[in-house]
Amino acid sequence: MDSVAFAQQIRLKALTLCHTFRTSHIGGAFSIADVVAVLYSGVLSVAPDRVNDPTRDRLFYSKGHACTALYAALDIKGFFEKGALDQNFTKDGTYFTSHINHKLPGIELSTGSLGHALGVACGSALAAKRRKDDYKVFAILSDGELDEGSNWEAILFAAHHRLDNLVMIVDFNKIQSFGSVAEVIALEPLADKMRAFNWDVREIDGHDHDAVTSTLRDARAKPQGKPICVIAHTVKGKGVDFMENKLAWHYKSPVGEDFEAARRILGGSDA
Amino acid sequence: MRNKFIQTLTQLAAKHDDIFLVCGDLGYSVLEPFSEQFPDRFLNAGVAEQNMTQVAAGLAREGYNVFTYSIGNFPTLRCMEQIRYDVCYHQSNVKVVAVGGGYAYGPQGVSHHTTEDLAMLRVLPHMTMCIPADAAEAEGAARFMATHKGPGYIRLNKAGEPAVHAQLDTMAPGQFIQVRDGAGTALVGTGAILHAAIRELDAAGKAWAVYSAPFVGSYGADVLKPLAERYERIVTIEEHQLNGGFGASVAEVFSDMFDAGTLKAMPRLKRIAIPNAFTPNGDGRNDIFRPTINHTILAYHFVLYNRYGERIFETFDYGTGWDGTYKGKLQQSGSYVYRIRFTSITGWQSDNNGSVLLIR
Ligand SMILES: Cc1ncc(C[n+]2csc(CCOP(=O)(O)OP(=O)(O)O)c2C)c(N)n1
Ligand SMILES: [Mg+2]
Repeated sequence: MDSVAFAQQIRLKALTLCHTFRTSHIGGAFSIADVVAVLYSGVLSVAPDRVNDPTRDRLFYSKGHACTALYAALDIKGFFEKGALDQNFTKDGTYFTSHINHKLPGIELSTGSLGHALGVACGSALAAKRRKDDYKVFAILSDGELDEGSNWEAILFAAHHRLDNLVMIVDFNKIQSFGSVAEVIALEPLADKMRAFNWDVREIDGHDHDAVTSTLRDARAKPQGKPICVIAHTVKGKGVDFMENKLAWHYKSPVGEDFEAARRILGGSDA
Repeated sequence: MRNKFIQTLTQLAAKHDDIFLVCGDLGYSVLEPFSEQFPDRFLNAGVAEQNMTQVAAGLAREGYNVFTYSIGNFPTLRCMEQIRYDVCYHQSNVKVVAVGGGYAYGPQGVSHHTTEDLAMLRVLPHMTMCIPADAAEAEGAARFMATHKGPGYIRLNKAGEPAVHAQLDTMAPGQFIQVRDGAGTALVGTGAILHAAIRELDAAGKAWAVYSAPFVGSYGADVLKPLAERYERIVTIEEHQLNGGFGASVAEVFSDMFDAGTLKAMPRLKRIAIPNAFTPNGDGRNDIFRPTINHTILAYHFVLYNRYGERIFETFDYGTGWDGTYKGKLQQSGSYVYRIRFTSITGWQSDNNGSVLLIR
């Protein structure tokens, strides 16, 4: 399965989970689905049978609310017991909470309170530097979450300590919780800001698999003395036309005709 | 005790190669022994306590036992959520070290008064808290935390505290350390204020038993039951708000023990702590309740209600405070609600309400 097909499967599973268990945040899951698919298609050095292997790459997924994209990817890649996610998502007594949970295999850090994971990723990357370990550290952040001061503390820190084993990916979908990023707290010019903070910045179309693949492979391969920031320009709700660029799909669970239509668009079989 | 703690930690770092020290741009003339000897296990994270704690959690998950270090509220309240989530929920090996506990930095102002930390941190799951009373306990705290797995909090005072213990062998959570024997009343204190309390007892000629409780929040029936049964009265003392602090933690356990039948009677317990209240009894201390506003006031309105909603005090004069009376009568102890509105000459407007406790 190539990463494009994988991304489509992630979307379909995320859609089904949000539908079946009536959860939110499908827009942010769809915007990052392509990046997640590429990461788990040979960029990250991770596998279900080595989740505690010290040499594995670390992915810190900071936008924990968009859990369905990561859960779906890990499920498809065999990290979870077969059927467990489909049955237990958000169920009491399980760790399939709708903000990601580190007690599930393959998840490094529980998140859900925005603005935590980049700093923790910095600690992990610094440990690798100090001990000359080879693993790479990735962090996926949302754009709205860059309002958090704690992220900017971490951004200063990573550059100061030249954490070139750290790759921060920003899911720049231009929409946050209660408005567009431009309306709420503008981030632009984001690439310039990150350059000024001494990061090595790459700007890409976060839905172009060739661009995402080559950029992330390159970022993983060549440490250049600076932490790397990949600004992935994305579309919130990407993949289902009527969900795209709509604030409402930060909240709504796909039901009824919406669900059926979305499933058809994503190539799911009819119910 | 600050230096003793760091000295001990530095010695232990030679033996335990997982000990890592991260400071929030503080520690001049204190941390150098560590940073010079173990540069690869030292880090100044800058004036960025949220990130300091996040980085510590990241280092901890890669195998280090990380000590974060700063003053009072900065490595604690400032990054409370990082401690709750990144550290405690993940059971990270992170130990938060705060210097200047209580009023140790009193003259430096409220920013440096560490008076809510125990209440806030003691509710966090997996947190083990240690508040040394003197240098010997600070050493004990370092020894304990150097091998303790999981989150920890060490609240230090500063320098030059008189010794409470002539000698101290071991220190462990759950224990109260007997400082002196006595009868009738037992004083149990946590932190450096214990020594001041002992001096007061001596000055007043009171032969109370005295215990030190360096580990706050983790005591079992085996410690509290004999205490409750042996003494007529127990007095706790701490440099912390009355609400939610050390004394409160003792009261909670007594109550649970009484409910479970472990105690036949509820012990008489007096908590000495910082009152969130005023006391209009004419002793010259906390007799008048009035706000302090750091603005030049143009217009001002202060109203106060009792619990029946009656307006019992009102003034438009910033200089006038409430003396606890209504129609010439001193009011009952209890909670009163106030609203304060003002406009400053620079146009700053404020509308605040809150409650105040009156103690007679
Ligand atoms: C600290 C914190 N504040 C607020 C929230 C509530 N919240 C959840 S998602 C979100 C913002 C969503 O926008 P964005 O961060 O851009 O995420 P995405 O577009 O990728 O879904 C907010 C404010 C939170 N989870 N954490
Ligand atoms: Mg967004």
